[in-house]
Amino acid sequence: MDLNMHLNAPHSMGTTIIGVTYNGGVVLGADSRTSTGMYVANRASDKITQLTDNVYVCRSGSAADSQVVSDYVRYFLHQHTIQLGQPATVKVAAYLVRLLSYNNKNILETGLIVGGWDKYEGGKIYGIPLGGTLIEQPFAIGGSGSSYLYGFFDQAWKEGMTKDEAEQLVVKAVSLAIARDGASGGVVCTVVINLEGVTRNFYPGDKLQLWHEELEPQNSLLDILNSPSPEPMNI
Amino acid sequence: MSSIGTGYDLSVTTFSPDGRVFQIEYAAKAVDNSGTVIGIKCKDGIVMGVEKLIASKMMLPGSNRRIHSVHRHSGMAVAGLAADGRQIVARAKSEATNYQSVYGEPIPVKELAERVASYVHLCTLYWWLRPFGCGIILGGYDRDGPQLYMVEPSGISYRYFGAAIGKGKQAAKTEIEKLKLSEMTCREGVFEVAKIIYKVHDEAKDKAFELEMSWVCDESKQQLRKIHLFFDAFNSNPILLLATFCSDDLLEESKAAARTALEEMDAD
Repeated sequence: MDLNMHLNAPHSMGTTIIGVTYNGGVVLGADSRTSTGMYVANRASDKITQLTDNVYVCRSGSAADSQVVSDYVRYFLHQHTIQLGQPATVKVAAYLVRLLSYNNKNILETGLIVGGWDKYEGGKIYGIPLGGTLIEQPFAIGGSGSSYLYGFFDQAWKEGMTKDEAEQLVVKAVSLAIARDGASGGVVCTVVINLEGVTRNFYPGDKLQLWHEELEPQNSLLDILNSPSPEPMNI
Repeated sequence: MSSIGTGYDLSVTTFSPDGRVFQIEYAAKAVDNSGTVIGIKCKDGIVMGVEKLIASKMMLPGSNRRIHSVHRHSGMAVAGLAADGRQIVARAKSEATNYQSVYGEPIPVKELAERVASYVHLCTLYWWLRPFGCGIILGGYDRDGPQLYMVEPSGISYRYFGAAIGKGKQAAKTEIEKLKLSEMTCREGVFEVAKIIYKVHDEAKDKAFELEMSWVCDESKQQLRKIHLFFDAFNSNPILLLATFCSDDLLEESKAAARTALEEMDAD
């Protein structure tokens, strides 16, 4: 139990991040836990970062690396938008993220999901995992919690969902991953991007549905002793 | 509008008292002395044509191209000093490929025009460089449709429906203004451009010329394509040959149409 090592370990976002396209736009979702080894450094972090008015990115892996990459891309995209005279496309944003990830692959450790809406292609999701691959997908999952979601998405994903269906799918998925992955937790943040604009939603952890073997949140274990029939672990 | 700027015209870094930079104006004169270059924007694409004045009868027809492709979707027709033009084309090609490798998509025509204009303008800022002695008509087809730009030696760049530079530019502009470009397809535009070039060609001053044309339109899948043109050596009638995507019927049709048009022109 090396406390020192744990407290000084690099901040890593264990994370679950998701990006899903629906009929008319995209929904991005993420948990909110940033861990330093076993210690939760930030239980309410915002992992969905804005790149432009219409393009957002979900960050996973090293918190520092992903923040720096996002900052650079935001800067380049800002200049690009000014030169172009119109909003940048999601594809260009994803290409820039990929360029940085690939060219610095020896130094960086960050997996990103770029999602947004533009007037030419509509809603698009691009996954950019560790090595700097760029892959356009109808939906993308990333982070340590995503391991538990591959089977779930194989079964639950369908083409052409509505906005509400897509958002419910994302919230459910992040919530399932939080239940199983120790490095994911906290609240679920979603960002919906479409023709009309951007909407952020917030789902507190204690309001999420309980899954198999999950216990009801308790204020204090003393309540069990004071209750009429003290039976701990009573599901 | 020629005037002598005595004393103020020795360097591109000198303004005259009435606010002109004479070296740039002289560069524009180099453009005015070259063969006519025109470009038109039709409803489905761009057509560009160049009146290539032939210096020697021993030159191989089809050599010394004046319309260069910058990227798959865009091309440049150059008037003025050909060597200067080559330099600008090389720079434009390099900008286009660099944009593609960084941003992952073909360079928007507006962006390309701005970069070319900036480069041309750069050479008007320093005394150890001379301005480029060429005017450029840049046509391309990107996500926002077909677009036509013209860049002058001063570095000014505007977007046009129809543009002309070179010897016969005044006459050519008058002819272009008569056309209903918004209703014309590129196929029709090709014949119109050929007719205009023939019309503005000055038989008395410059004997032989070769007509070079290119287009980028829906029919050529939004890519720049050459329109091959051959001279019938005996009676100097152009035989119009639309490259790559045409059939023999069309070739015959084009030949007939070009000949008729020429006859009508001669009759004027």
